[in-house]
Amino acid sequence: MPLDDQTPGQKPGEARQFKVVGTRPLRPDGIDKVTGRARFGADMSAPGMLIGRVLRSPHAHARIRSIDASKAEALEGVKAVVTRADFGAGDDDVADILDNCMAGEKALYDGHAVAAVAATSAAIARKALKLIDVDYETLPHVVDVDAAMKPDAPVLHEGLSDETVPDGVSQNVVHRVEFGHGDVEAGFAKADKVLERSFKTAATHQGYIEPHACLATMGTDGIADLWVCTQGHYMVRNTCAAILGIDQGKLRVTASEIGGGFGGKTTVFLEPVALALSRKANRPVKMTMTREEVLRATGPTSSTSIDVKIGMNKDGKITAASADLRYQGGAYQGSPADMGSMTAFAPYDLENVKTVGWDVVTNRPKAAAYRAPGAPMAAFAVESVVDELAKGFGLDPLDVRLKNAAREGTKSSYGPTFPAIGLEATLQAAKDHPHWKAPLGPNQGRGVACGFWFNFGGDTCVSLNITPDGTVTLSEGNPDIGGSRASMSMMAAEELGIPYDQVRTVIADTGALGQNEVTDGSRVTFAVGLATIKAARNAKKVLCERAAMVWGIDPEAVEWADGCARPAGDNAGKFPPMSLKEIAAIASNTGGPVAGHFEVNAEGAGVSFATHMVDTEVDPETGAVKVVRYTVFQDAGKAVHPAYVEGQFQGGAVQGIGWALNEEYIYGEDGRLQNPGFLDYRIPVASDLPMIDTVILEIPNPGHPYGVRGVGETSIVPPLAAIANSVSEAAGVRMTDLPMSPPKVLAAIQNG
Amino acid sequence: MSQIHVTTKINGDTTEYLCDPEETLLDVLRDRLALTGAKEGCGTGDCGACSVTVDGRLVCSCLTLGAEADGCEIDTIEGMADGEKLHPLQQKFLEHAALQCGICTPGILVAAKSLLEKNPSPTEEEARYWLAGNLCRCTGYDKIIRAVMDAAEEMRRAS
Ligand code: FES
Ligand code: FES
Repeated sequence: MPLDDQTPGQKPGEARQFKVVGTRPLRPDGIDKVTGRARFGADMSAPGMLIGRVLRSPHAHARIRSIDASKAEALEGVKAVVTRADFGAGDDDVADILDNCMAGEKALYDGHAVAAVAATSAAIARKALKLIDVDYETLPHVVDVDAAMKPDAPVLHEGLSDETVPDGVSQNVVHRVEFGHGDVEAGFAKADKVLERSFKTAATHQGYIEPHACLATMGTDGIADLWVCTQGHYMVRNTCAAILGIDQGKLRVTASEIGGGFGGKTTVFLEPVALALSRKANRPVKMTMTREEVLRATGPTSSTSIDVKIGMNKDGKITAASADLRYQGGAYQGSPADMGSMTAFAPYDLENVKTVGWDVVTNRPKAAAYRAPGAPMAAFAVESVVDELAKGFGLDPLDVRLKNAAREGTKSSYGPTFPAIGLEATLQAAKDHPHWKAPLGPNQGRGVACGFWFNFGGDTCVSLNITPDGTVTLSEGNPDIGGSRASMSMMAAEELGIPYDQVRTVIADTGALGQNEVTDGSRVTFAVGLATIKAARNAKKVLCERAAMVWGIDPEAVEWADGCARPAGDNAGKFPPMSLKEIAAIASNTGGPVAGHFEVNAEGAGVSFATHMVDTEVDPETGAVKVVRYTVFQDAGKAVHPAYVEGQFQGGAVQGIGWALNEEYIYGEDGRLQNPGFLDYRIPVASDLPMIDTVILEIPNPGHPYGVRGVGETSIVPPLAAIANSVSEAAGVRMTDLPMSPPKVLAAIQNG
Repeated sequence: MSQIHVTTKINGDTTEYLCDPEETLLDVLRDRLALTGAKEGCGTGDCGACSVTVDGRLVCSCLTLGAEADGCEIDTIEGMADGEKLHPLQQKFLEHAALQCGICTPGILVAAKSLLEKNPSPTEEEARYWLAGNLCRCTGYDKIIRAVMDAAEEMRRAS
């Protein structure tokens, strides 16, 4: 029974002809979302529900001498108060996460949770927080990455540095990584020019519009339910179970619709606290964060300080490249310095390359993943130097990138050898695009940059059930963050040969499927898509067996094509095709219901590259920068739903625009965040922007049956650099410090 | 602290509620009336996710008190479709894939509807400035603006 990657009649090596994949159907959750009835994290309630609120540290760094909650507990309407004392030691694996959710001995940043209250109303809960007495001993703090590395910097955690960290730096340096190959010093010696530059990027926040929210119910028997907006409800289950010391199987987590995550909802903040409050009060507890809490206590990305050195010959060939990348990851270890170091030079085929990354802790909220974590800042630094060198030699920056571009067979700067990749295709498409030739106006500049992301696979489960009337329900375990239910329904329909609207995809709760990795690493369309296709193939196998049973022929003699079981060739016998509907209708009499499922730790995600091109205009009077034209060129492998692929390209580009031009965490001398709101932490608005043009390249990923690569993250990697290159050209001065806010650009122009 | 009795019309239906003096209209809609289509993205008037109209005027319901709505007509996302018939903006948002996560969508639809009531033929720039108070973090606004312009055109043709 041929159930392989080819459609019937397709010759080996010929591109597969898709019927559903590549079209643009309406999304299945669309009507719910345009009518306001889709339920997000904060939209759920339960009978007898309490409202939980968190008390947060006003200090950047302080020892917690004692907490007295007796007055709060005595307030009418208060049903539970928890502090760290209400949590056990927890597993070592989750020690940092627990400490981040509820401070232990020390408050490590402004906004760090120190206690929480559940009360019959939000007003009472807020009042109760004011009645909690925390006795703090304030300590010296540090928020800047370079300052935190100095030997005399205030230390957050004693003895955290591991064996990779050399002597002579602060204990705030947790870990050092190194990647590369060849001999960079020899390579620099051969170069016509060696350029060395230092860069800084400010911390930015993912800025999802939906604040964190959850509704927890936990009984004294340890059976618990949690409704939560998250990128991974299986992760929430496992993490909360470990923190609370309960069995994973007893905690059922249901993912709400999610109002954006971008990596920031790949960990827990409120969830263990809500469960602990619910356990103590023995009532459901709902918790939501305010925007201020979101900015002070969740997810920002690392701020960084990066040195890059590149040697280039007159013809544009890079002879050697090195970078030193320092990332502060907030109050706990785990900044993406490693991924920054791996991705920095990934677009290039280099003989001599070396990157060193430093993971540093500071008195800031723990950095969470943000769309291609670690990569945009590294690309900003590297692509700026490549650009400056190219322009210095009078070379076309796209030609220089093409000359050095990684391709199939390139040994990447971080180790593996690339299979078929799409970088050159994006560069060539950029070169051929009218944007590249369009004239620029006064005070305008054009920048280009490349970016890379690994893409992830990971644990994935899909269950595909065929109903008695022959429609299909598909259960997957990954929250749909930007249209993935549509993509899964499309891939299932494609594989089964039925119309798209015959498949409904739902996000199952943690009780319904095995373990699923979070929605991260641009993994879902790849990995869940792969599992969907394999689950459909398993179902088709059963469907063919049922037809064979009816026809009284060998199951091997039945094939599946165009939504029907058919005898495979004339020798199999002459029977009219049996449709999915017909087989479903007799399923009960031919052995029982038909389903297909697939569980896998998906590998072969297929790396992804993009090239971005941007025109900016700089106002020489004010330093304000306006983005006037933007084009994204990115390899999608195979675009399952092109509209949502374009959406990922556009969204990533615009987040990058915000990062490049406006967004930054601003700390005062006191170590407190000065701009915890959308007024002062300014993300791009509609009037800041032009249309974002997109060009989808499709270089099939050999690791996916349809060639799909993840697309969500690569799109934020090039914009910081592309915009910096553009602004530098427009302003006539090299910009090395993000964000390029008006005062900085003006100062750069004035200081030449 | 005694509660205030308020009588309003919400999406055309007379509605009464009691609310605390400091309670926002957004909290009333969401927590008392179970109209959770308006979202709280910031609570400070900076994101537009809570957009509703009060007597036809576009407001951030997080900055409006529940008590202020007494005697007013309030329209929310829940009242935008006419029975089973979606408003052209809703339909165009679906067709243009103008939403990814969809948390901003109710607010943007309410704001866009209010734009088209005032200005049936906005330029792209006018649409962008009108919607500048509605944050979307997912889409980069491209498809949102296209959907609004397309809906405007369709509504002009239909009228
Ligand atoms: S919640 Fe009202 S403007 Fe953001
Ligand atoms: S679609 Fe997610 S914020 Fe707009």
